[in-house]
Amino acid sequence: MSIEIRHLSKTFSNGFRAVDDVSFKMEMGSLVAVLGPSGSGKSTLLRMIAGLEIPDAGDILLTGKEATVLSARERNVGFVFQHYALFKHMTVWDNIAFGLRMRKRERGEIVARVAELVKLVQLEGLEKRYPGQLSGGQRQRVAVARALAPQPQVLLLDEPFGALDAKVRVELQQWISELHEKSHVTTLFVTHDQDEAMAIASDILVMNKGRIEQEGTPLEIFDHPATEFVAQFVGETNYVDSDVVEPELAIWGPFKYSVAGYNVGQKVRIYFRPNDVYVTSREESLQVKGRIVKTRFQGPVIELVIDVGADKPVVAHLPKGLSMASGFVEGRRVFVGITGFHSFAIS
Amino acid sequence: MAGAISRLNAGTGGRPRSLTEPRAVQLVLIAASLGYLGIFLLLPLASVFAEALAKGFRVYWASITEPEALSAIRLTLVTAGISVPCNVVFGIAAAWAVTKFQFRGKDILITLIDLPFAVSPVIAGLIFVLLFGAHGWFGPWLQAHDIKLIFAVPGIVLATVFVTFPFVARELIPVMQSTGADQEEAALTLGAGGWSTFWRVTLPSVKWGLLYGVILCNARAMGEFGAVSVVSGHIRGLTNTIPLQVEILYNEYNFTAAFAVASLLTFLALITLAAKAWVERKYSHAP
Repeated sequence: MSIEIRHLSKTFSNGFRAVDDVSFKMEMGSLVAVLGPSGSGKSTLLRMIAGLEIPDAGDILLTGKEATVLSARERNVGFVFQHYALFKHMTVWDNIAFGLRMRKRERGEIVARVAELVKLVQLEGLEKRYPGQLSGGQRQRVAVARALAPQPQVLLLDEPFGALDAKVRVELQQWISELHEKSHVTTLFVTHDQDEAMAIASDILVMNKGRIEQEGTPLEIFDHPATEFVAQFVGETNYVDSDVVEPELAIWGPFKYSVAGYNVGQKVRIYFRPNDVYVTSREESLQVKGRIVKTRFQGPVIELVIDVGADKPVVAHLPKGLSMASGFVEGRRVFVGITGFHSFAIS
Repeated sequence: MAGAISRLNAGTGGRPRSLTEPRAVQLVLIAASLGYLGIFLLLPLASVFAEALAKGFRVYWASITEPEALSAIRLTLVTAGISVPCNVVFGIAAAWAVTKFQFRGKDILITLIDLPFAVSPVIAGLIFVLLFGAHGWFGPWLQAHDIKLIFAVPGIVLATVFVTFPFVARELIPVMQSTGADQEEAALTLGAGGWSTFWRVTLPSVKWGLLYGVILCNARAMGEFGAVSVVSGHIRGLTNTIPLQVEILYNEYNFTAAFAVASLLTFLALITLAAKAWVERKYSHAP
């Protein structure tokens, strides 16, 4: 196991419980994302693993060894900050060499390693520049090179692309994925951007209010949310409150859902994704009548807001071509079915 | 089309005519500022040099190389040479504590740092007399151990340290706050210890703010009058700094010599201003 966290907790002096009994394991060489909204405790968790914050309770093991009481210096973890934290008064070369200098490596070794990293992050020719003379994307690449220079056992990234333009962000997401494939360093990164998490990571930990809500692959998180929070946080969703009228049946408006494990009379919340809504202009059995109230163009997808005679409209996403070819415009009568959903009891 | 616009904006430094004041108002404002500056700043400065050189360069030179003047210069340099480094060390320590840590009493520390600015320099000097003078709280103890603070050089240094206390700290605190702790944390994860982090990362990142603070601290240390006047005792050749020496010469109606010695302080002021401007320019271009 490369990183093992056992029952880690941290409460700040103002009483705010940032991390609440978190446990997980990470395999050597994997690329894992911690996904959650602001205040979910993900950054605090990362900083505790790095040694920049001290946990109140729990254990941290790095490559099998107890690391909970080790200082940040002793842990040999690479850390990349959201706002780069480059040493502004040093050149790119000096920044990358810093970790090696601190660990008293030989001059020849330092020169070779820095050259290797500059090549890896594709910044040849810029070694003598200062951070102030680089673009945001270049700065973050220097930060990654600097973190990797002393060959850390683990690479930690704290919302590494949050401060960058959308296009640069996507480029660097791709880049870090390729870098990981080449270097095989165990990597853990924190983000609030689910597209980023799902695009890069092989495993995602969804966090909320200091706890892990779900751990799984991107597909598992998306298709089989384990909790209500995950269902509404990841991807877009409709949610409606429905009544369980028979042991295996819940209804909302004109829709019937087959459910299991609830008592009759219970209220459950049904989540279904806009792309799991089937819309057709032909009357088919099991489909419900509705009328398109609003259409919105969203690029590759068109959003249809459909009134089905219940307390809420149903939001559907259809591919642009299909929607236009079917003639789905405002006011059009359509038939609607829901092809996938999840239910959670309302407490 | 373009020609009409540029003719309209001519003489306004590029801003559209509708946003600039009428030419007449501009001229009045500029004349008033220059006039104010001239009367209250340039005229006095020029008169110092004019009076100092009124009896010729030889007299000027004799005035500033005369033994009492030389010992005043020496004392001023010694005082500044001790108080500035002390306050640099204190200023860095205080700024570090305030910006990197959370502790109870932080607000009190920040207020105390500003105290010397709020207190009149004469009162500041008086405090030390009341504490360490012959009839002060520690007076008897000091006399018993044959330590002379008041009316001696140590007292002057103490009073100067008190008065120039805040300069370095006040410059460093905002600079350190805006730099944040990220760079230091990065240094830690890369294997740097506390001292290495401080020397290689923290200090270089605040060097311009630090230099600025040192320049201001030095200017005040050399030019302080009120506090030093109270504790010094005005013993000629022993406990007079340059400002005190100027006062003595002036009270003896030795105007030329007074202005000659004062011109040294004026030189100091001009050098301070030039250094300040240079640092400001460097700081705005700094990475």
